[in-house]
Amino acid sequence: MGDLLTLAFTSFLVQNIILSQFLGICSFLGVSNKRSKALGMGLAVFFVITLSGVVTWLIYYKILEPGGLTFMRTIVFILVVAAMVQILEMAIKKFSPLLYGSLGVYLPLITTNCAVLGVALLNIQNNFTLTETLIFSAFTSLGYTAVIVVFSYIREQMLKAPIPEGFKGIPSGLIAASIMALLFKGFVGLI
Amino acid sequence: MSQWKNFSKGFFKENAVFVLFLGLCPTLGVTTSLENALGMGLSVLFVLLLTNSLISMIRNIVPAEIRIPVYIVVIALVVTLLEWILQAKFTDLYNSLGIFLPLIVVNCIILGRAEAYASDNTVFDSIFDAIGMGLGFTLGLSTLSFVRELLGTGSVQLLGFTLYETSVAATFLVQPAGAFLTLGIIVGIINTIRIDKAKKKQAIMDIKIAAALKIKAAKAAAAAQAKEELANG
Repeated sequence: MGDLLTLAFTSFLVQNIILSQFLGICSFLGVSNKRSKALGMGLAVFFVITLSGVVTWLIYYKILEPGGLTFMRTIVFILVVAAMVQILEMAIKKFSPLLYGSLGVYLPLITTNCAVLGVALLNIQNNFTLTETLIFSAFTSLGYTAVIVVFSYIREQMLKAPIPEGFKGIPSGLIAASIMALLFKGFVGLI
Repeated sequence: MSQWKNFSKGFFKENAVFVLFLGLCPTLGVTTSLENALGMGLSVLFVLLLTNSLISMIRNIVPAEIRIPVYIVVIALVVTLLEWILQAKFTDLYNSLGIFLPLIVVNCIILGRAEAYASDNTVFDSIFDAIGMGLGFTLGLSTLSFVRELLGTGSVQLLGFTLYETSVAATFLVQPAGAFLTLGIIVGIINTIRIDKAKKKQAIMDIKIAAALKIKAAKAAAAAQAKEELANG
């Protein structure tokens, strides 16, 4: 139990997927300029990563490994992720039009979000059990959501700041992300 | 000439790292050392070359509705091939690139070029586009990693040789925070130069337009005078 708690904490804060693993940077910079967009993307990523993390784990250990097909994992995983995103999109559209309204536009973008495939591959690379996979996937994606939402607040404030013209937008965003990454390094002492 | 333009646009005008901001995950993730950056850049070049030419070849057979899934499968196949090659022949590079190697599949540059270029250009053109874009990406990664490795560890290593050495080292720069900072500053500088250039160009244009207007006005005045003289005389 204690191990799982440590794992949850590590994946959420200490080894934050954006600020220390550099996965999902494209979407991090792309949609973090508005608060509502950041929250929508964050939640959509949370659903997809948690679901695809568990499904790819099951496929890897129940189908690929017994069949000696582990070398196919990259192709299989990306197809699973793409299919998962499609299914999730249809399911949300059918059962909760309200949720679809807020998440729908972000779902197609997630297939090429490297955080999703990254987490699926990390689960296998770290030899996690199914429970560990669930915890790791859920908390890693929550870490993504938390950082992207906090960052969107910072970027909205930065719009009001007198930044030199050449540094407006992405460059100043990257520098702000650097300061945030430095702060997150402080969490290392907690473990 | 157009072939040269097609090839060279990836270096500066449409550089994937500094201008288009594509493939930022590996850009930040593997640029702790010049060697890794070169390995990553050349891996992407290899994948891009194969996917661009393959997709350009099949572009007329694939129905438009399912082209993206087909492209992704082609890309995944090529990346898997690369994984095998690196694992067998370049184990060190394979280990140091780690998770970023399979993640080339979702690198936006690859799918981006497939969709934006290879899907409606000839194989020959697509190959040039791939080489230009791939080398441009490699250039971007090497620049970033050179700065980070030099200032972060105090020296730059390549294939066992030390390229350059200083006595100062800010270890902060080889850590994640340093990646964001270095890229932010480099992009900021490039943008500033670009804005300056555009302004200068604008100023020169303004002067030219003003001069042209002056000449026009002088000509009009001369014509009017000639007319007046004609009328009087």
